[in-house]
Amino acid sequence: MDVRSRNNVRVTGQTGGPVMMLAHGFGCDQNLWRLVVPTLAEHFQVVLFDYVGSGRSDLSAWSAERYGSLDGYARDVLEICEELDLRDVIFVGHSVSAMVGVLAAAAEPERFAKLVLLVPSPCYIDDPETGYRGGFSAADIDELLDSLDANYLGWSAAMAPVIMGHPERPELGEELTNAFCATDPDIAAVFARTTFLSDTRKDLAAIGLPTLILECREDVIAPREVGAFVHAAIPASTLITLDATGHCPQLSAPEITARAILAFADDGSQ
Amino acid sequence: MRGSRREPTPAETDEPQLASFTALLEDSAEDLYEHAPCGYLSTLMDGEIAKVNGTLLGWLGYTRDQVVGRMRFSDLLTVGGRLYHETHFAPLLRMQGKLDGVALELRTADGERLPVLVTSLVKTDSEGRPLLIRTTLFDARDRRAYERELLRARKEAEEARRKAEREREHLQEVLAILQSSLLPPSLPAIPGLEARAYYRTASPDDLGGDFYDLFPAGDDRWGFFLGDVCGKGPEAAAVTSLTRYTLRAAVLGDPDPVAALTTLNTALLERYEGAEPRFCTVVTGMFTRTGEASYSVDLASGGHPYPMLLGADGRAGYLDTQGGPLVGVLPDPGFTATTTTLEPGDTFLLYTDGLTEAPMGRGVRYGEERLLEFAERLAPATPGEVIDSVAGLLDGFGERLDDDTALLAVGVPGGTARRLTAIPDKFRESGPFPGKAPI
Repeated sequence: MDVRSRNNVRVTGQTGGPVMMLAHGFGCDQNLWRLVVPTLAEHFQVVLFDYVGSGRSDLSAWSAERYGSLDGYARDVLEICEELDLRDVIFVGHSVSAMVGVLAAAAEPERFAKLVLLVPSPCYIDDPETGYRGGFSAADIDELLDSLDANYLGWSAAMAPVIMGHPERPELGEELTNAFCATDPDIAAVFARTTFLSDTRKDLAAIGLPTLILECREDVIAPREVGAFVHAAIPASTLITLDATGHCPQLSAPEITARAILAFADDGSQ
Repeated sequence: MRGSRREPTPAETDEPQLASFTALLEDSAEDLYEHAPCGYLSTLMDGEIAKVNGTLLGWLGYTRDQVVGRMRFSDLLTVGGRLYHETHFAPLLRMQGKLDGVALELRTADGERLPVLVTSLVKTDSEGRPLLIRTTLFDARDRRAYERELLRARKEAEEARRKAEREREHLQEVLAILQSSLLPPSLPAIPGLEARAYYRTASPDDLGGDFYDLFPAGDDRWGFFLGDVCGKGPEAAAVTSLTRYTLRAAVLGDPDPVAALTTLNTALLERYEGAEPRFCTVVTGMFTRTGEASYSVDLASGGHPYPMLLGADGRAGYLDTQGGPLVGVLPDPGFTATTTTLEPGDTFLLYTDGLTEAPMGRGVRYGEERLLEFAERLAPATPGEVIDSVAGLLDGFGERLDDDTALLAVGVPGGTARRLTAIPDKFRESGPFPGKAPI
């Protein structure tokens, strides 16, 4: 299976223009970018995709081994870059994808021009030894993982209609409600574990690319002290606090989010 | 009942009740909100709680002042629920404008968890701009317990299924080994004869009752038999085992096929005396070399379908063995011997009734007539061609096959279209098939 269909890659915007890759985080798929894509597409060739296991990706390409580590997701990014022969990519990663971008840029820096880390967190768990505060305790994450495992029916009910590739139940194809965030429960559990147990703090210092960190005024998943930590750890970084709340500013405040990304991407002095 | 008195209409009767019911409803809009059997919550687009009903406050154990303007919806959730809210619930609500029946857990003031089902709707202004989110919450404790029960039952069923599958695989292995012990591992190489066999069990979950063998009997002689024990499974396998070894010893001890069948008949009667009778149908006999490229076949049948001869001249027909009685039933069965010869190009086919009784659908069986027509189209054919063709025929029946089938084909290689003058009356060009002999 080729990478384009494996990752449900969509390319839109200015053909031949500078390339901007939008990478979704844990929970939903590329649809989360839908409110900022029109603005960004005026200036860039925008590349959208779903990680294997999410959205309309090819679930048969998923394996617990590969996608049990953020490197597996970074490989998705790099394989798409290779398939589309992308260079000088402005990579915009939401939530855990911000760190996926950091890993991808460390592996093949020549592919990337700039990084935009949208509400990033290099580690979700507090680390009392170093005084780092990720916002969650190990027990909190265990609780999430337990509830992911135990809430099988709840998850299914929430995303029920969804599951892609259900030829025996064609009526599900009609029902698109919740489809953007629908994932096979077993796959979602692996993605959740990989996301919330990852620790990429030590990878930040190596970033040599111009980097924009966008955080929200209030965000329970990536609180502001985490934004400050990331800013301090990445040498060539800018931190902007968006006047937005929640963990998805591209949905709750699309205009200011798109504006901030554009200003940074267009800025030749970076 | 007097005629002068008018009966009140139903509406007149209900009037006082309706009035009191309306009065009950009049002061209840706020009361209904406040004490509805579900939780109500209105939040601003950023999640800040703007309004909450008494029912929900009661569940949570908070006062209104602690919640309104001070907490966000996600603050009411467990940490797991909060992460789910931020990564799934909130984005979906933004994209879809509503969300139905999402399972979340509330964390109450005293730290208890309360499973709820949440439905949210975004209220928009006249231009479609989102204003606030209206949410209803239903107590889902019973439902969640029920779901957990379902989940547990599902896991148990899954485990039981896996265990049963493992046991079935093991059983199939055992059966396959046992089955192979009842058949010759390979056929002997016989000078001037080509032999091929085929065996098909109807189900890998059961032992078949068909059997065959071909073995040297000294001085250019080769014993053979092919038969079918009544029934299936371990009991039938025990009979098969007894039958095989008895026949083999009998054929080696006395070349007369009638003597061999009689010995087997006696052995079965003795073994199952006083028990449920066990019997079988079988054709047994001896190939004796009579020339460089010719064999004579002496055989006897105990209630078994007629062997088929496919001649080098392209004709085919049944060899009339007189049928004979079933083996293991009568104390004095009186089997009959038959003789034929095989010349180059002739092929002799033995089969069990799994072939002739193969279901064709609608209660129709394949039958001797169709087999004869099949053989007539096939002849002349080598044993290999015959076995491959009949095996292909059986494959074509597919799932319908409900019985085991054994085939044994033996022929003299070489020879082209030649008239089988030696046994002309053994071929039936047409006419009724010889009926089975009474037992």
